Amino acid sequence: MQRLLNEFLESFRIALTQIRANKMRSVLTALGVIIGIVAVTLMGTAIRGIDTGFQNSLAMLGDDVVYVQKWPWGNVEDWWNYANRPNVKPRDAEALNRIIAATPNSLLEVAVPVVQRGVAIKKDDAKVSSVFTIGTTGDYARISGAEFKEGRLFNDTESTGGREVVVLGYDVAEALFPGGSPLEQTVLVAGHPFTVIGVIAKQGEFLGLFSFDNQAIIPLTAFQKYFGLRGGSQLRVKITDKTKLAAAKEELTGAMRRVRGQLPGERDNFSLNEQQAFKAQLDPIKQGIAMAGLFITGLSLFVGAIGIMNITFVSVKERTKEIGTRKALGARRRSILLQFLIEAVSICLIGGLVGMVVSFTMFLGVRSAAPNFPVEFSPDLVVVSMMVSVITGIVSGFAPAWGASRLDPVVALRYE
Amino acid sequence: MSSPTVSATAALRPYRAPGPVVIEIENVTKLYKMGAEIVHALRGVSLNVRRNEYLAVMGPSGSGKSTMMNMLGCLDTPTTGKYHFTGKDVSGMTDDELADIRNREIGFVFQTFNLLPRSTTLANVELPLIYAGYSPSQRREKAVKALQDVGLGDRMGHKPNELSGGQRQRVAIARALVNNPSIILADEPTGNLDSRTGEEIMQLLEELYELGNTIIVVTHEEDIARHARRIVRLRDGLIESDVRQH
Repeated sequence: MQRLLNEFLESFRIALTQIRANKMRSVLTALGVIIGIVAVTLMGTAIRGIDTGFQNSLAMLGDDVVYVQKWPWGNVEDWWNYANRPNVKPRDAEALNRIIAATPNSLLEVAVPVVQRGVAIKKDDAKVSSVFTIGTTGDYARISGAEFKEGRLFNDTESTGGREVVVLGYDVAEALFPGGSPLEQTVLVAGHPFTVIGVIAKQGEFLGLFSFDNQAIIPLTAFQKYFGLRGGSQLRVKITDKTKLAAAKEELTGAMRRVRGQLPGERDNFSLNEQQAFKAQLDPIKQGIAMAGLFITGLSLFVGAIGIMNITFVSVKERTKEIGTRKALGARRRSILLQFLIEAVSICLIGGLVGMVVSFTMFLGVRSAAPNFPVEFSPDLVVVSMMVSVITGIVSGFAPAWGASRLDPVVALRYE
Repeated sequence: MSSPTVSATAALRPYRAPGPVVIEIENVTKLYKMGAEIVHALRGVSLNVRRNEYLAVMGPSGSGKSTMMNMLGCLDTPTTGKYHFTGKDVSGMTDDELADIRNREIGFVFQTFNLLPRSTTLANVELPLIYAGYSPSQRREKAVKALQDVGLGDRMGHKPNELSGGQRQRVAIARALVNNPSIILADEPTGNLDSRTGEEIMQLLEELYELGNTIIVVTHEEDIARHARRIVRLRDGLIESDVRQH
């Protein structure tokens, strides 16, 4: 045991001496591994970044909110079955809230009706087209995690009274009132004058696609008055405990069926959607990145492994006499095998370290150049890269090291 | 300038009575295949070497001298015949068993020194001890002592290319001695040295012999062989003569 440990340490010492003595050669050899490790870490960084970005975006939607809608999220094949469903109406929310109030220990907290459409908002000459405008009630404050930069949301009185008040998203407010406060100012929402009573703080983009800051919120009654409800609405239902999502959805299904007066055995004529459904849509993208990354990684590691195998063969050839000497002095086959394996692994480890430094630098560069781009570096990537490096070293170093260990000492000693 | 220790004083050289048998070779043959041709390097050689002998193996090239040296050093095994080393049958050993025998029982001194160029003197001498499984502190202690014994206590941190040829061979001898082997096997130990330095190396081997070591020198030089107490001459794969001299 002691002997093996000593040989191990000695092998590392020799490997480092060799690499130092052949710097250029070692670096060139490690290039393949460097590229491979850069590929694997960047791939991991991208996938993790997408995951994190996704989680952050879900948090914007509110991760304890279930959407009651006519259509499910994602693709449906028998769309006509869904098309025949009744629209979800704002008054369903009222009925639902009555049921929730009557249910002891309900897992549901509140149902809020939301209608939405894209409209243009103008202030004097400044105009923002297709602002994502939603109409809702004062309860919206209870389901939205958004914070206000200034002002407030409308209350129930303003909401049911159909007052023309509007809360602007951060970007909309910036575009219409550059540098100034929009509070108590009047804007034209699709041509109708509304008074600004609040501005939502900057939230960012959902999956880098849809900006939460390009929105406006107006009372449901006002929305109905100017735009109608023909597009149907949705209910956003907040649950009390997000760890009991399944049970809450079950309760919600039952409550909605009561609201709709559905008979037992009848299929639900509404859909419950929640953000986890997005995950299914995201998986193919992640898989695509992983496949491409694996291909590049595999290819460059393969090329790198061949390079290392080659250089180890050269090293064995160059040091045949040394191998003979070592064998004469009592090195067993295992000792020689270990020595050259460790040399190959050391080159790979150095390549792996350089690769990680390169990709970490790239990661920092990307993050400072494009803060919204979803990338994230993590410690397990370091572990994975190191393991990949070691395995590459072992795989590529084995054949030459094995050959070295089997050399006949007589022949090796005579080699010039 | 004549050397003070060689033939003139040969009759006065101390002689130590040999101890128990270390090497016992019985009717050994060795065949090599060189392409389609079969070479009989050894054709039936028997030889006993006792502890604390000083033996020279001589012979012209092609006499089987190198094969004999490889056989004696357990670098190679005989095709037929028996080889016992300190009572153990070496003929049928595996490579790793032979490596252990070489590590513990045989100290090699090569014509070309065979030091590791990038390692210090001390590290070179420690090398056999690594394979023997000694801890770093034990290795250092033994290696330092061996280097002091060959008069290089002040050259421990030097690399081989910072040493003269004679000093390099001394390092090699220290390396051969460090694991306290049963025999020291020197293959043309002065072949790469000028005659004066060569004489110094032979003087060192003489001292080691007087300290109780068993020494086998393989050489084709009569001047070198003259130092030994016994000369075995090979010709065409057979022992031509085996003469003791005092």
